[in-house]
Amino acid sequence: MNATVLGIESSCDDTAAAVLRGRCILSNVVSSQTNLHAAFGGVVPELAARAHVERLDLCVEEALRRARLTLMEIDAIAVTAGPGLIGGVMAGVMCAKGLAAATGLPLIGVNHLAGHALTPRLTDDVPYPYLMLLVSGGHCQFLRVDGPNGFARLGGTIDDAPGEAFDKVARLLGLDQPGGPAVERTARDGDAGAFAFPRPLLDRAGCDLSFSGLKTAVLRARDLSLVDGALPRSARADICAAFQEAVAATLAEKSRRALALCPEATAFAVAGGVAANAAIRTALEAVGPVPFLAPPLALCTDNGAMIAWAGSELLAMGQRDGMDLAPRPRWPLDPDAAPMLGSGRKGAKA
Amino acid sequence: MASMTLYLPDPDATDRLATALAPLLRAGDAVLLSGDLGAGKSHLARRIIQSRQAPHGRVEDVPSPTYTLVQTYEADGVEMIHADLYRLADPSELAELGLDDALGQAIALIEWPDRLDISPALALDVTLTPEGEGRRITIAGPDAAWAERLSRLKGALGG
Repeated sequence: MNATVLGIESSCDDTAAAVLRGRCILSNVVSSQTNLHAAFGGVVPELAARAHVERLDLCVEEALRRARLTLMEIDAIAVTAGPGLIGGVMAGVMCAKGLAAATGLPLIGVNHLAGHALTPRLTDDVPYPYLMLLVSGGHCQFLRVDGPNGFARLGGTIDDAPGEAFDKVARLLGLDQPGGPAVERTARDGDAGAFAFPRPLLDRAGCDLSFSGLKTAVLRARDLSLVDGALPRSARADICAAFQEAVAATLAEKSRRALALCPEATAFAVAGGVAANAAIRTALEAVGPVPFLAPPLALCTDNGAMIAWAGSELLAMGQRDGMDLAPRPRWPLDPDAAPMLGSGRKGAKA
Repeated sequence: MASMTLYLPDPDATDRLATALAPLLRAGDAVLLSGDLGAGKSHLARRIIQSRQAPHGRVEDVPSPTYTLVQTYEADGVEMIHADLYRLADPSELAELGLDDALGQAIALIEWPDRLDISPALALDVTLTPEGEGRRITIAGPDAAWAERLSRLKGALGG
């Protein structure tokens, strides 16, 4: 897998492009994180396909420039073909098709979630199979990763993702967004034992997760802690600490169960912002017995390098897509997985 | 204008309401779900979608649409849209989300509908408010057709 691959990603807020040679990241451009946006007068992520269309060419050009390569020195073009917002995905796929048609280079459609799930292979060369806790934006699932196209979903959230729970708890408590860092900062002065928040779904077998009921519990704790209509600073810190503790304990226990479901796993990898939370990271590191790893955050948020890497693995397997590559707004990694039923709140009561 | 108000003491009560409401919805209906964070909007929407799917085979996961903004589902040939407009910066983005096209054709379950520039005509207004351990829910329909359906809903809920 020493091919030079251009990766294009535009399935949500960010427009991104990257060039990879083997495991070496030659460039990794994300429109919201570079001075590219200076040309547009703001960093505000835009959902509009129009914004992706405007930025895609610039991102690709910038990625090639930083890699000091021309299009003709690239071996293949990988692009996110779903899941995501249809407008953005379509813009990316059209851009990639245009480049492939003009250059004659192979075109490879990549599942956005596969990009995230294969990132530990890019950063740490982890052998298959491994356990992946994938926490990306609105997604949260445990996957056994068997190959570039082989994913078994062992469980996931039946309602909110953990990052979303942090954002919403921050909103409930009047803290800044993004909620992860704000809650973590506030929790430092708090007593996690001050509130007994539920450990959602621990009473249920398997490794499904639910965070919606925890959010409701935080809402109640907030309303019960009000003094003259205001939330005392100490109560806010205690709620944050207890909430964080509940998320950490739940994720760690569910990870243990997920690992028990795939004893052949060579490693336990976490991709996503939650691994940046020290309390959660500490809890997940202790899960064992296999090595724990968390790729750097820049490679866990949406980026082109992960798409290029997944494309590189698929290229090595012989995958080539034609001009009929279709954007897929919904594209489960494991189409055979049973749907998750049941109410998070029911579990949260236990 | 017809409306009804219920107290939902626990998630099971919400599930019963969703199960009774789901079969009364038709393609083209818009259901606007209002209420603060944690009021139970997503839970109700999830149960409505799953209740529609249950008789027709595959029941799907219905994760929160907060980050994805719009998720689409299908049951028996009817498309269902679950949208959370909280993150919407400008109503012009609605067109990009495909919501404009879907309204009037699919069953649209819309959270944070105050982000819409123009409210869909003849939409069912559902408002959830936390109260004690449960939630108070108000369901209001603007015309005679909704009045008739809400009376059937009352019947299905046993009063």
